[in-house]
Amino acid sequence: MVRIVCLVLALLLPAFAAADVADVYEFSDRAEEQRYQNLIAELRCPKCQNQNIADSNAPISKDMRDVVYRMMNDGASNEEIVESLVGRFGEFVRYKPEFDSRTFLLWATPAIAVFGGLLVVAGVVIRSRRSGPESPALSAEEKARVDKMLADQDRSS
Amino acid sequence: MKRFLLFLPLLIAIVVGIVLFAGIGKDPTKLESALVGKPVPAFSLRDLHNPDTMLDQSLFQGQVSLLNVWGTWCPACKDEHDDLMWLAEEKGVNIIGLNYKDNREDALVWLDRLGDPYRKTIYDPRGTLGFDLGVYGAPETFVIDAGGVVRYRHVGVVNETVWEQTLLPVINDVRGNG
Repeated sequence: MVRIVCLVLALLLPAFAAADVADVYEFSDRAEEQRYQNLIAELRCPKCQNQNIADSNAPISKDMRDVVYRMMNDGASNEEIVESLVGRFGEFVRYKPEFDSRTFLLWATPAIAVFGGLLVVAGVVIRSRRSGPESPALSAEEKARVDKMLADQDRSS
Repeated sequence: MKRFLLFLPLLIAIVVGIVLFAGIGKDPTKLESALVGKPVPAFSLRDLHNPDTMLDQSLFQGQVSLLNVWGTWCPACKDEHDDLMWLAEEKGVNIIGLNYKDNREDALVWLDRLGDPYRKTIYDPRGTLGFDLGVYGAPETFVIDAGGVVRYRHVGVVNETVWEQTLLPVINDVRGNG
């Protein structure tokens, strides 16, 4: 019995936590509500800078959610809504910045890193193929020197 | 070639170090306004002192002004108030107030008690003009040129240092161009 009560309480807990920021907005259907949730999840709060406006309790985030909702009701497209907020608060409010000359490195860095990594791996592989068994890492002369050094060390320790 | 490759990690470390070092000391909470270079958004709001008078963006035409966003709920606004008084009285700066998300009674009591540095105060209880200006936390101060175009936005308290090192150069620059 106690276990069941605990389970029920545990299940209720996230519901209360989520209720904290939820505003009371009416949506005509689930798709619209989902669109709203997606929009506020990718807009960044200018005040509490590492939160999106969905998570933030700052008054400015509330205002921004209100505007997103109102513009949606007025039939604005996602781009229009985001553009209107960017026009007021700057590029900063986009969690997904546009791909342009300034953000080129930001978007391209993962691809560049993967490509660079592949080049290094390819280089290592090619080199090890080329210096195959017929050309060993040490020449006979070097091998003899190494053996002598190791022998000396064994003796001294 | 092999020798050079040995120094590659060091080179990368130096480049990354320079890039990261350049970021130290920058305050990420101070964002440049998206409105710099654009006219003050159109608005029609009541005067704080005379509820029957409507104010609009033509308020900023004709002379360089500072637009100071404040509210009685904002402790930092109290900190900068003496400096605003000093700017208005000693320096003759034309300051327009934007009373942001506040209520009239509190705002009038505040100005009565602390003095009124503003030539005009726009009463914006719902924060609509503030929103259009991209205000995300009071106090904020905008430099607006004689043509009503936003030239600079300062986030945070205005004091003597900010005035001399930041706002005054911008104003001189604006005056020089205008």
